[in-house]
Amino acid sequence: MKLAARETIDSFVKVVFRTTGLLVIVILGGIFVMLMWNTIAFFAHIKPLDFITGTQWNPAGSHASYGIMPLMVSTGIVTLGSMMIAIPLGIGTAAFMSEYANSRLRNILKPMVEMLAAIPSVAIGFLGIVIVGPEIAKLTHQANGLNALNGAILLAIMALPTIITVTEDALQALPATYREASYSVGANRWQTLRKVIIPAAAPGIIAAVMLGVGRAIGETMTVLMATGNASAFPKGFFHSVRTITATIAIEMGEVPYQTTHYYALFAIAAVLFLITLLVNLAGEYFVNRYRKYQAA
Amino acid sequence: MNEAIIKLSAQGVNLWFGNKHVLKNVTVTFPEKQVTALIGPSGCGKSTLLRCFNRMHDLSPDARIEGKMMLETQDLYDKKISVTEVRKRVGMVFQKANPFPKSIYENINYGLKINDIPSKERPAIIERALKESYLWEEVKDELKKPATRMSGGQQQRLCIARTVALRPEVILMDEPCSALDPISTRKVEELIVQLKEQYTIVIVTHNMQQAQRVADKTIFMYLGEVVEEGKTDDIFNHPQKELTKNYVSGHFG
Repeated sequence: MKLAARETIDSFVKVVFRTTGLLVIVILGGIFVMLMWNTIAFFAHIKPLDFITGTQWNPAGSHASYGIMPLMVSTGIVTLGSMMIAIPLGIGTAAFMSEYANSRLRNILKPMVEMLAAIPSVAIGFLGIVIVGPEIAKLTHQANGLNALNGAILLAIMALPTIITVTEDALQALPATYREASYSVGANRWQTLRKVIIPAAAPGIIAAVMLGVGRAIGETMTVLMATGNASAFPKGFFHSVRTITATIAIEMGEVPYQTTHYYALFAIAAVLFLITLLVNLAGEYFVNRYRKYQAA
Repeated sequence: MNEAIIKLSAQGVNLWFGNKHVLKNVTVTFPEKQVTALIGPSGCGKSTLLRCFNRMHDLSPDARIEGKMMLETQDLYDKKISVTEVRKRVGMVFQKANPFPKSIYENINYGLKINDIPSKERPAIIERALKESYLWEEVKDELKKPATRMSGGQQQRLCIARTVALRPEVILMDEPCSALDPISTRKVEELIVQLKEQYTIVIVTHNMQQAQRVADKTIFMYLGEVVEEGKTDDIFNHPQKELTKNYVSGHFG
């Protein structure tokens, strides 16, 4: 009797876990199908070539145009800028934690870096409006500082924890014998770091950068708050830009259901999805490469 | 043997890792252009002593060293001498072959670059170092090959080549053959015997036969102390102390 009850519970639990597991796959698949379905519907209205090469995103006018170029370039500028800040800072911090800091300092720094990842994006966006924006405006003598540079600075802050953590793991994963070998021929720490440690950890560092890029491309709230969202074709770091993510966030709330504009937003979301997917796959590929290498 | 010049010495060296007293008042000498073997059971401090001579313990923050380590008349722990100079003069070969993840050529070139040897002189030095470690014939056509694809024995000889390329005065070897097969071991041992014509060599080994084959002098350590030192032949065949006799005849260790 008791035994039968236990077996019933066991098979019940099995069903529950199988359901939760499958549910995740169903949700992911559902999102993908919905994106693709609506994207196909969009291409029934607009030629793919016009979508890809069009230099104007103006869905509201009587001559509506759906060129993704300005949005892609905006996302590109902001991401590139953020990486130009985050990569040197992140690798530097990771190198300091792994190679220079003593274990006590490292034990303080590591959780703090991880905590940086826990700051809500809206709080960082707020920082952009009240601190970074006004400072940029003052330095560049502009009316306001809501531009690509502002977004890049904030995204750099948000991508830093990922870059630091993954890079530090990659550096720590290297066998101590590399360091000993380098020191034993008379190299100092900097020479060892630059000529032995960083080249050997390169796959891991590339993975860190890729994951950081993925984080920056997909981020919405901070860029929405900090970059000004002008829909004109972006001209540079000191101009307002409107990223793919911000465009979707701004326009989705007001768009009439099942219009070309509505489908267009799905199409740009699908493009975003593809970009982040590729970047993350590249990141995973390099992560696995350094894991394999570590095992060897 | 008696007239040999003392190249390297430790005078009253004590070393602690945290609270653990690892080396206890160690006083030893290493004669110039001879091979000296450090033997003793695992954990007796022989590798720790070896690593004192090129200041590898500088890297572990909880290590504390007292006493004098001298290279001829130079105090190795003198504040005025740079640690990189110490390591250039006192080279080291590790237990596990640890080539850099670079090409064979770059593995040796790295140390030359670090020590500011002009790039014009480097190819000749690299060739000479590979010849001295009897690796040249085996690798001369594939210097661009990653060092990690060589066999274990070749990797260890490359590490020796990397060390001799810098023309150190002393070469420290920490169980250099423990990860090698018998044939590679023989090659490395032959190499050690050749190298002593030019270098003072200190070798840590667990292998009694190896000590007898390569070493002129042998030092037996136990629990962080030097028990007995002398000519290899005396240590193995006419030990003065009971402990030494028991160890070399394989009763413990």
